[in-house]
Amino acid sequence: MFWNQATETIDRGSLGALQLKRLQETVARVAGAVPFYRQAFTERGLTPAHIKSLSDARHLPFTTSADLRATYPTGLLAVPIDETLRLHTSSGTTGKPKALFFSARDVANAAELCARCFVMTGMTKKDIFQNMMTYGLFTGALVTHYGAEKLGCLVIPAGPGNSEKQLLLMQDFRSTTIHITPSYALYFATFLEKKGVDPRRDLAIRRAFVGAEPYTEETRCKIEQALGVRVFNSYGLSEMNGPGVAFECEHQHGMHLWEDNYLMEIVNPKTGEPLPDGQTGELVLTTLYREAMPLLRYRTRDITSIIAEPCACGRTHRRIDRITGRADDMLIVRGVNIYPQQIERVLMSLPAVGRNYQILLDGLDDMTVNVELAEAGFDGHVEHLTKLQADITDRLRAEILTKPKVHLVPPGTLPVSEGKAQRVIDRRSL
Amino acid sequence: MHPVKLIAVFAENQLGQMARITKKLADIHANIRWVTIVTSETLGVIKFLVDKPDLAYESLHAKGYTVSYIEILAIAVEDKPGGLNAVAECLARNNINVENASGFVSDNQAVLLIEVANAAAARATLANQSLRLLSEEEIFNL
Repeated sequence: MFWNQATETIDRGSLGALQLKRLQETVARVAGAVPFYRQAFTERGLTPAHIKSLSDARHLPFTTSADLRATYPTGLLAVPIDETLRLHTSSGTTGKPKALFFSARDVANAAELCARCFVMTGMTKKDIFQNMMTYGLFTGALVTHYGAEKLGCLVIPAGPGNSEKQLLLMQDFRSTTIHITPSYALYFATFLEKKGVDPRRDLAIRRAFVGAEPYTEETRCKIEQALGVRVFNSYGLSEMNGPGVAFECEHQHGMHLWEDNYLMEIVNPKTGEPLPDGQTGELVLTTLYREAMPLLRYRTRDITSIIAEPCACGRTHRRIDRITGRADDMLIVRGVNIYPQQIERVLMSLPAVGRNYQILLDGLDDMTVNVELAEAGFDGHVEHLTKLQADITDRLRAEILTKPKVHLVPPGTLPVSEGKAQRVIDRRSL
Repeated sequence: MHPVKLIAVFAENQLGQMARITKKLADIHANIRWVTIVTSETLGVIKFLVDKPDLAYESLHAKGYTVSYIEILAIAVEDKPGGLNAVAECLARNNINVENASGFVSDNQAVLLIEVANAAAARATLANQSLRLLSEEEIFNL
């Protein structure tokens, strides 16, 4: 099933031509309208006429998260502010937020991209969409809300949290599709268990769009088993409109990234040098069809690789692999580079381990991993807990090459998150 | 004859934990006949022998505690020198390996509580021996 078959299955040649045309238009527009880019072009001796092929994109300047903060609030706008229709922000953990503007066409286009994503998973207008993401300045919920409406679905703007109410909505309106963060999905599964609700028997949910935080294949399996849904991985970031940038099709193997709207590159996160398809590095995206706030070569900090092989679904837009981490999330512990996802992968592969964990960094360089036991993992014997703890420690050491302290804790005792999870707490006094 | 079982609670080692858990048991008027706390570094398991094990299990579980049953053997021991030795000799003769054990004396009845790998099999083995295994009812009526 396709939402926009012509565009989604466009031949690679025509797609490249469309990308080049849109790239040239974008570069010409920002050179004229955005002083930040005009200055960057001048410094490089670059004019729009230099962009003759897609590979010339590598001469364009990068845009970083820091640039968005430095030009906050309106420095990267390419249209007068009264031409804009909506503002979203992306919160940083420190300092100013990043302001993202949408024109009327941008709002409609973001919805179009989401509609493509949803139909790609088999969703139709008959589906009932319970949106359990945060509404508001965060793009996660509003952008998908418009996409599902465009598709003609009944949309339940539930927002995150308040699990009692979520359950009531699911029961009363027979929601078939949910949109949720992985951490909330795991928490919600535990909540249903406590309530004695079997989602396969008692609920109509069959599909979950899961994103906003990187998660592992093991976590996908846990969510699928616990909620009785198929989990489709969703990739987006506020700087690129939020959700709808890339999404899994029914084959659930990598996420098709809409190349008519985004030019993607993978670069070495340290040097910025472009890497060939298949190599792992930082995803860099250029908006090709954004009106209010085009961004050139935005450094997403997300680590992935391009899957260039054709997909059985027939879409010609290349896929990106599951995000294995954010360049910014990388921890350096005792000189070793560690992504939190490596730890998650180990934990979620063990049946006796529950659904919540936390990584604490303390003192000079001490790593403690607090791990919730699965409800069924307790048989009353402290010896078995000790053994499991030692087993987790060994497996983690094999994965991250440093030995963390592992603390097993009873299920339900770690702080829960109904929005974005805070898995890492860094209190090091380095 | 109901086999004897303990209620085991996986609890974080924190101040007031024991008070909170025993309050739940007091609320349901469960009488604690025996208790032990097993810790290993940061891990802690509290094991209770209570007169209302199922109610205690349900009530703690409903409050969010992680609870499990442990089936044990409660062996009557003669309250005199050599009493425990006679029991230990018998267990050894029957190849029953004891994982955890503790004992108490109530009036003139000494009781040895033992955890073994397979309580049902051990009970069957000991059925033909001179040892007397106490049922749940007998334990609560001591």
